[in-house]
Amino acid sequence: MNESSKKYQKVAYYPGCALEGSGHSYNTSTKAIGKSLGMELTEVDNWNCCGAMEVKNIDPKIQTYLSSRVMNTAANEMGFDTVMAPCNGCYHNLKKAEYDLAHDEESKEVVDRLSGKAGHGTYEAGQIETIHALDWIKEGIGEEGLRERVKNSLKGLKIANYYGCMYTRPRHIFPEKDQGPGSESTSKPHFMDDLLAAAGAENVDFPLKTACCGGAHTLSDSDMSTKLVMNIIRAAEASGAEVIATECPTCHSGLEMHQIRGEKRFGFQSEVKILYFTQLLGMALGVPLRDLGVHENISDSMAFLQDRGFV
Amino acid sequence: MTPLAELELAISVAASDSDAGRGAATLISIGETVLEHWIIARDEQPTDDEREGFRLLALHRQGAKGEPSFNACRETCRELAYHFNLIDQETDEARQREKLQMMALVAMHLYLFVSGKMEVEGLGEFCCSSKPLHAAE
Repeated sequence: MNESSKKYQKVAYYPGCALEGSGHSYNTSTKAIGKSLGMELTEVDNWNCCGAMEVKNIDPKIQTYLSSRVMNTAANEMGFDTVMAPCNGCYHNLKKAEYDLAHDEESKEVVDRLSGKAGHGTYEAGQIETIHALDWIKEGIGEEGLRERVKNSLKGLKIANYYGCMYTRPRHIFPEKDQGPGSESTSKPHFMDDLLAAAGAENVDFPLKTACCGGAHTLSDSDMSTKLVMNIIRAAEASGAEVIATECPTCHSGLEMHQIRGEKRFGFQSEVKILYFTQLLGMALGVPLRDLGVHENISDSMAFLQDRGFV
Repeated sequence: MTPLAELELAISVAASDSDAGRGAATLISIGETVLEHWIIARDEQPTDDEREGFRLLALHRQGAKGEPSFNACRETCRELAYHFNLIDQETDEARQREKLQMMALVAMHLYLFVSGKMEVEGLGEFCCSSKPLHAAE
């Protein structure tokens, strides 16, 4: 077991707002695979919103503060050296705050001032490492470790891995990526592909794996979001995929909801199922579907999974 | 320059071109036009430079200058260039046509993304860059 592997066995867990709502099954399945793999997740005490897109657009410094408070709690109040955020938005914002605090004096001043006002300690860059759920499994267990634990291989399941736009962008806030063999790529991410392949799945060559899903525009211009999602699903189907694997609650909800909206509004027909990568890994590890929250998904994949022998 | 609204149809026409190489070249050209619309809307002159052999990639770089959220279509542009090369190198006609279909979906994504960004006056309402609008409030 290498250093990262050891370090990731016990991490602070920051689910974020989406995983308590629309992304509940991502929360359930993340915890379920952690339990199955013997990896300990301790939820960050009294966590708050990361600042998401709304706060960031109005005042990026407030977003930096909000994310820094989460990291401060995990690092300085709970004593963790790693915080894992499965949501792309939260992961991105914590990484952005980390970058800002390391490079921008004004951000440091604002965070120090607001932390003092709020009556808690100030987070300083470098006190904790933020990782995504993909890093957690990839580094904590690895493909070989996963292969050894697979009970129900995903063999024959054709999957398009969809990472969304926030997992790798902007590149400068992810200094650990693009570091050569073994590291994640910002232009062609592959960690989800690697893990699902280790679980037996057949990954298809999918050109829109980091393309925009229109998530932020879903209320202000629903038709545009629907068209973007329909295009992603069409490309996945044209690649031969039966399932789109996701690792972001916003992308996941967008794909599910606009798949249905596309059918109603544009007569769009598609058989592709949308599942979180944690649900797929859980299936491979032999975790019951109910414990993975598959029944909570809007995209109904039960008949498909039954047909493929996963029920 | 072809109006933005007409490019959706142009993508479909290029996707069904019986000559896949010609279809691929048309899709690259459509991608360039989409980016030119974005750049011109920002009161800039679209570049004639190339990056890695593609003007498309140079145009994307120009369009993303000062607008980091525009990088959300960086890989889409790179996939377009990649598919052009795949089609160029493929000798089997059936496979060429398959790749052309996929390239058309990639071009469609670029078109939809940029159209969405340009839809609202103030540029950048789309995606995570609505700051210009909020700043105006």
